[in-house]
Amino acid sequence: MAKNLNVTIKFWKQNGPKDKGHFETHDLKNIPDDTSFLEALDIMNEELIAAGKEPFVFDHDCREGICGMCSLYINGTPHGKTERGATTCQLYMRRFKNGETITVEPWRSAGFPVIKDCMVDRSAFDKIIQAGGYTTVRTGAPQDANAILIPKQDADEAMDCASCIGCGACVAACKNGSAMLFVSSKVSQLALLPQGRPEAAKRAKAMVAKMDELGFGNCTNTRACEAVCPKCETIANIARLNREFIKAKMAD
Amino acid sequence: MAINIDSKIPEGPVAEKWSNYKAHQRLVNPKNKLKLDVIVVGTGLAGASAAASLGEMGFNVLNFCIQDSPRRAHSIAAQGGINAAKNYQNDGDSVYRLFYDTVKGGDYRAREANVYRLAEVSNNIIDQCVAQGVPFAREYGGTLANRSFGGAQVSRTFYAKGQTGQQLLLGAYSALSAQVQAGKVKLYTRYEMEDVVIVDGKARGIIAKNLVTGKLERFTANAVVIATGGYGNTYFLSTNAMGCNCTAAVQCYRKGAYMANPSYVQIHPTCIPVHGDKQSKLTLMSESLRNDGRIWVPKKIEDAKALQAGTKEGWEIPEEDRDYYLERRYPAFGNLVPRDVASRAAKERCDKGFGVNNTGLAVFLDFSESINRLGLDAMKQRYGNLFDMYEEITDVYPGDLANEINGVKYYKPMMIYPAIHYTMGGVWVDYELQTSIPGLFAIGECNFSDHGANRLGASALMQGLADGYFVLPYTIQNYLADQSLWPRVSTDLPEFAEAEKAVDAELTRLLNIKGKRSVDSIHKELGHIMWEYVGMGRTAEGLKTGIQKMKELQKEFDTNLFVPGSKEGLNVELDKAIHLRDFFTMGELVAHDALSRNESCGGHFREEYQTEEGEAKRDDANYFYVGCWEYKGADKDPELIKEPLEYEAIKVQTRNYKN
Amino acid sequence: MWLFNSSIGRKLIMSVTGIALVLFITFHGCMNVVALISKDAYNTICALLGSNWYAIAATLGLAALVVIHIIYAFILTIQNRKARGNNKYAVTEKPDKVEWASQNMLVLGIIICLGLLLHLFNFWYNMMFAEIIGAEGLKYGPADGFNWIKETFSNPVFSCLYIIWLVAIWFHLTHGMWSAMQTLGLSGHIWFQRWKCIGQVWSTIIMALFLIVVLAFWFFPDAVGQCDFKLLPFAVN
Repeated sequence: MAKNLNVTIKFWKQNGPKDKGHFETHDLKNIPDDTSFLEALDIMNEELIAAGKEPFVFDHDCREGICGMCSLYINGTPHGKTERGATTCQLYMRRFKNGETITVEPWRSAGFPVIKDCMVDRSAFDKIIQAGGYTTVRTGAPQDANAILIPKQDADEAMDCASCIGCGACVAACKNGSAMLFVSSKVSQLALLPQGRPEAAKRAKAMVAKMDELGFGNCTNTRACEAVCPKCETIANIARLNREFIKAKMAD
Repeated sequence: MAINIDSKIPEGPVAEKWSNYKAHQRLVNPKNKLKLDVIVVGTGLAGASAAASLGEMGFNVLNFCIQDSPRRAHSIAAQGGINAAKNYQNDGDSVYRLFYDTVKGGDYRAREANVYRLAEVSNNIIDQCVAQGVPFAREYGGTLANRSFGGAQVSRTFYAKGQTGQQLLLGAYSALSAQVQAGKVKLYTRYEMEDVVIVDGKARGIIAKNLVTGKLERFTANAVVIATGGYGNTYFLSTNAMGCNCTAAVQCYRKGAYMANPSYVQIHPTCIPVHGDKQSKLTLMSESLRNDGRIWVPKKIEDAKALQAGTKEGWEIPEEDRDYYLERRYPAFGNLVPRDVASRAAKERCDKGFGVNNTGLAVFLDFSESINRLGLDAMKQRYGNLFDMYEEITDVYPGDLANEINGVKYYKPMMIYPAIHYTMGGVWVDYELQTSIPGLFAIGECNFSDHGANRLGASALMQGLADGYFVLPYTIQNYLADQSLWPRVSTDLPEFAEAEKAVDAELTRLLNIKGKRSVDSIHKELGHIMWEYVGMGRTAEGLKTGIQKMKELQKEFDTNLFVPGSKEGLNVELDKAIHLRDFFTMGELVAHDALSRNESCGGHFREEYQTEEGEAKRDDANYFYVGCWEYKGADKDPELIKEPLEYEAIKVQTRNYKN
Repeated sequence: MWLFNSSIGRKLIMSVTGIALVLFITFHGCMNVVALISKDAYNTICALLGSNWYAIAATLGLAALVVIHIIYAFILTIQNRKARGNNKYAVTEKPDKVEWASQNMLVLGIIICLGLLLHLFNFWYNMMFAEIIGAEGLKYGPADGFNWIKETFSNPVFSCLYIIWLVAIWFHLTHGMWSAMQTLGLSGHIWFQRWKCIGQVWSTIIMALFLIVVLAFWFFPDAVGQCDFKLLPFAVN
């Protein structure tokens, strides 16, 4: 049976990227502990609206941990703390204690300017993918799918790399604001597959160049990114990106 | 007034229609493509693949999405897989068999020619995705792996773990990104299409709202493609994402596009049950769990009462007191009957009072038998991530040993209940995927074309990508070859100004109601009405009551809504209010269609029309048609136009899952 | 040039200079052990590393490595601060698997630099530098490393400072060694664990060697270096 909790939500309000921003608090009473954290925020917003106030703005969409839209920094951890990686939308109120104050902040990184409250602009990630996160292949032209044999372990490893949901928790957690885990996951996926090899060198160079241009920081291997990644991407990807990049530059 | 609906099905036997069409259609030459603009709204599987392919061909594409990135579209949440008639398993699959299974699964309410084309291009999709680097599951020898899915006797489903939708969408997204980089696609994220602009009877642009600034902007093009998904969120609680809405489709409907078969709504049997009135969405547990899980409720009503009161737990009920009702009713297919059948059976048990949680709206999905037989490790290997996800949400781990009765070990079962999942109905399109408005195309879940009255598992991904990669890029050229379209129309035309003014007036109207109720509170109520009266079991009376209640609630919406904030800047509540306005229109339309269709078929079940055993009873003599609805005005009921179905390749039969 | 204007290039510079410095202190650590055994043998080494052209060249090279390593540490840190942005989190929690050292490499590096200055003052200034400028009147000769060690660690303040220094280097290396291999791309799921293990064992052994020398000269100044053992059959200088 669900228990009920009383918690205080301390949430970040910021009206646009130039605004300084501040915290506001709201008390939530009798929240069943089988409510998801985002549902608790829904309840808070209903109460704010009932009081004639503007609701607290945050990104969310699929609410099943795959779209990568949700992006809240909860009590000092991106997506909140769970045992195995989970996104904000998969965080449930039973993780919190009765009477607790829950601090909710946006991803804070120069690469992700705040749009409003805890909604941030992650279009930089799209730009990095556009720089080279693909194989160039014309619709309708390819050969039969089974003509390319791929060892199962390579396919599985590529699948793990491809699981990245682009939420940005890695950047949010990184003290250097580095996007290496995100970039390396895409580079790794395509580097591991024969389909991605022809453009591997070009891809690694272009994506790293774009990442640098957009002002993301330098990776110092603190591993904070992999600790908070909801999809358990690992820094083995970063090592692979380093290898691909150095190899590509040496070959120039 | 009889309106003739021309579905533009090409000549010839069903297997040759698509080839014939491609051989004779008009094309646009490469130089001229550079002069033509196409708007694609939506970046899911259909939208992203269409935008990428059109861009690659040379068209100038304007691509819109409401999320912060194209990669977030809800196609990403599809778990199971994608069908294709590759016959890699040597189990006798063929294009014809995939076509046949899809038509049969759709309860013989789909268009033959469209489905055949879908089956035909299914193989190209797999080739295309593999070339893009989609990491499909593989055998040790390096070839692609397949799994089985409901409604088929062959293994034809390609998959990437339980994240096939994600991987296919990321494939399409990367193809799209390549075209953005090449300058052929211009991307507009956090933009919502509010209206389609019609000039001289043709779709020539859209009015879109920049969700960040709140500004309305005008966009002009030679054709408009909507790929905006289904209307499942009309029910408030569904497996759809929070942002899924039908505003673009409904706005096209208001402008003259027909809406077809809206009553065909798919209810997925294995979702985590509703746990309270604060819930925002329902989480799907993959259909694959039904391979090893057994669905049951207690045999004795007193056990069910005790479960509902919380004085008993499922694992305390011994084997002999369990009613494995799917195995009892459908011995041949057992727990693997199609989705609509499994959902209705669960509802039937719960309606009789056998529900197993405090709301009485849940049944057990039990793995004890499989765990005892194969061991917990084997189960974890197959379903580990689903078990974890279930535990994260409910705090119950399905692999936990809970009890032992007479030497039989009982593990904690999952609780599941059906939930709204997919909408087979949608904007009416002809063979070319063109709506009844010239120049307006609809692709993916947004249109009605390929699934009939029920969609089979792993077919949604197939349809989205087929439309986007392989069908629309061809058929749209047949339209764009029309020389009269070529001059770009100016956004200063009065048609654009009027459309923008109308949208702006609507925003003002919603903001100025200044009542007491939030959008969500009204939406929830609409959802209750939909689920209660237009849900799994429908009756003529219930549907009429439902329509009445919706009208009353709409009045409440129009007079007592409260939207905080202003038109300027980001206003999430205002956007939700617009969506809700259109959910009302859609909800009523679903009810009207359900009321007019006096038969049960696929996702549409009318309680008056069932066999003695409670199975759906189709009426092919009177309802063998596509129900197209034409908008007649805000205060008037829509008008039904029928597109008769013609089957030449397949013999229409009754579906049988019993033996 | 990609080494200077790409993030991975800059990291590569840190990585390569770091590895070179690790190799140097490994040599230095081994060399120090000789002092525990034999005074003469140790002083022979000191003489070999006196103001000879090759020793001076190596020292300059070493200094260059250190300077580059430090400069790039600051460049990277400044860039990373900027990438992080001006808004700080109100609440942060360090995930369990994040090593403390990894997030404090710059602080550790600064401590190491201060220690290095002390070390140069205690030894290099009195030895190689003194020999180069031909300084007179010092307590011990420029090649008498053994007595300079004795002199330094007879002062408990210096000994304590050196121990703090060694701890800082140890922390710096436990992260730095696998991190360098990671940056070079010579890591992966399995090799990450291996490099981490190798790095910890390696840095612990080297630092232990240094520590033994400090403690031995501090507490048993008369017992060390008493073996009659010659490194070379002839005398240098």
